[in-house]
Amino acid sequence: MPEQRYLEAIRDALYEEMARDERVVILGEDVGPKGGVFGVTEGLYAAFGEARVLDTPLAESCIVGVSIGMAANGLIPVPEIQFADFIHPAFDQLVSEAARMRYRSNNDFGCPITVRVPYGGGVHGALYHSQSVEAFYAHVPGLKVVAPSTPADAKGLLKAAIRDPDPVLYLEHKKLYRLVRGDVPQGDHLVPIGPAEIRRPGRDLSIFAYGLMLQEALQAAELLSREGVEAEVVDVRTLRPLDTATLLESVARTNRALIVHEDNRFGGFGAELAATIAEEGFRFLDAPPTRVCGPDVPGVPYSPPLEEWFMVNAEKIASAARRLVAY
Amino acid sequence: MSAKDARAVRARDEVTPASLGLGEAQLLDMYYYLRLARAVDERMWALQRSGKAAFVISCQGHEGAQVGTLYAIDREKDWLVPFYRSIAAVLVKGMPPVEIFLMQLGKATDPSSGGRQMPGHYGHSRHKILSTSSPVATQTLHAAGIAYAAKLRGTGEVCVTELGEGATSEGDFHEALNFAGIHRLPVIFLVENNGYAISVPQSKQMAVPAVAVRAAGYGMAGVTVDGSHVLRVYAAARDAVERARRGEGPTLLEVMVPRLTAHSSDDRQEKYRSPEDIARSRERDPVAVFTAELSAWGVLSEERRQEIDARIRREVDAATELAEAAPLPDPATATRYVYAEGPGS
Repeated sequence: MPEQRYLEAIRDALYEEMARDERVVILGEDVGPKGGVFGVTEGLYAAFGEARVLDTPLAESCIVGVSIGMAANGLIPVPEIQFADFIHPAFDQLVSEAARMRYRSNNDFGCPITVRVPYGGGVHGALYHSQSVEAFYAHVPGLKVVAPSTPADAKGLLKAAIRDPDPVLYLEHKKLYRLVRGDVPQGDHLVPIGPAEIRRPGRDLSIFAYGLMLQEALQAAELLSREGVEAEVVDVRTLRPLDTATLLESVARTNRALIVHEDNRFGGFGAELAATIAEEGFRFLDAPPTRVCGPDVPGVPYSPPLEEWFMVNAEKIASAARRLVAY
Repeated sequence: MSAKDARAVRARDEVTPASLGLGEAQLLDMYYYLRLARAVDERMWALQRSGKAAFVISCQGHEGAQVGTLYAIDREKDWLVPFYRSIAAVLVKGMPPVEIFLMQLGKATDPSSGGRQMPGHYGHSRHKILSTSSPVATQTLHAAGIAYAAKLRGTGEVCVTELGEGATSEGDFHEALNFAGIHRLPVIFLVENNGYAISVPQSKQMAVPAVAVRAAGYGMAGVTVDGSHVLRVYAAARDAVERARRGEGPTLLEVMVPRLTAHSSDDRQEKYRSPEDIARSRERDPVAVFTAELSAWGVLSEERRQEIDARIRREVDAATELAEAAPLPDPATATRYVYAEGPGS
């Protein structure tokens, strides 16, 4: 099993799915000869041609709206939104159209599109190249939302998303592209959309995270372990549909829940996790479900000390965990 | 792409059945659909006024634009991406009147949505009519995507999408025409310009005299046609379909139509339209205009007209009865099809 970077795993998934099924097309800004601003689609234009790897006009609603039409007429589009920060013009197409196509037509039409969305901070991207957008879309019935944290999941979840009959928002963390390496099973490696994964077993508290924050949570668990605190780290990885059972089973073992994301705290995805754990797992709890999140300012500020202040990291997670265990 | 691609296409004002190669049977078929659409529409209002339906959004005045355009496509092979006034269009595309009434009454067997959507949101995969939403102009991007897929897959399909002139102010309209122009897609953007977006007149919607002049900005053909004359629409639409099939790209087809009713059953147009304006619209009624033309051409005798109208009445009555007798949806089904359901689930 070769070791790969997160970015390479995504590219392999795209390549394999395009080679497997000629209905799969990629469209987005700079995805063609340039291979994307991050290089994710590098080589695909040469391999599959400009009709299947389209450089689109600089218009996000167009990218998603055209994908919906392509899907209605027999293609399997994998649109790329260059940065999550620029997805907002496509909100209407995602929420009013893609998410509702199946429900509003009583199953007459579906919308098999996978929207790849590079997201997240810690990359000196400031307010408009660092956002996390999962809370907006995980709120919407009809959409599926995934956020892989490892190269193997990046590949397996993307392949599963492309084969899924419904619209999937695939959130890939920009900082993970070249940060993490890991073993990636070659060939038809699929990770089903839905199940969460326990990355590290523990007895003293459960840490729930996804994307880059999962990597930070693993480092925090390592720090805590040296102090004799054993944290269980659960990779949520599919935000919708949510694997409530795995979350509750973990809390039943550890009796404490620490929820981590880099998106703003207020109304963030962690609020849903906390509410679900409180409502359905109250009897297991020895302490309040607790969140470690990005602060409630309108964006990640640019200058290094400001960005560092914003970003959740292993230290911040570990200190919240210490307080929770001491509760 | 050269500047010559950005072109205004002159509408043909003088069209005759002979110049279009239309025989008596086709002319009478067009009359049937114009009249049927009007009768279905009038029945929708009757159902609303008798308290059986909550809402009506009307096609009255738009029939010439829709029948003329839909008559020019291959109704089996080509796509329709409709909007809320597409009653005549979906009838020509193959939906029978009962399916429109089933939606009007929110019935479980409504093929457009199973009673989930408000009236006017047509869709039907078997007839290649894409499901519709309420935000305006979003569908123009779907039409461009359908046309791109048709081109990539080499299916030879053409896609027609309909919208009002108000929807041309939305960003999605620009994005769709831009994309379709770049890729020279086989799509027709049928703008049914009735002069009002609910209450807002065209003069407050755009600074240009006609939507079609914007086609130049997208490198596509643009044409404005008088929608009171179904054959003029047909002629322009046929040209557009031929261009699309030849690989010459999209057409912005603007059809000037009268709005013969209020925006919807929730609107009172007397608040913003003068009595003279409303009366002038009546004189532009495409159904009345075509009836008079057919009569003048000796195609439609009074006897034949009565015969067709009586047949339509019977069909509309029978369809209404069927729809009224159909079951309402069971709330237990309301959680289905948020996502695809796998076998056995």
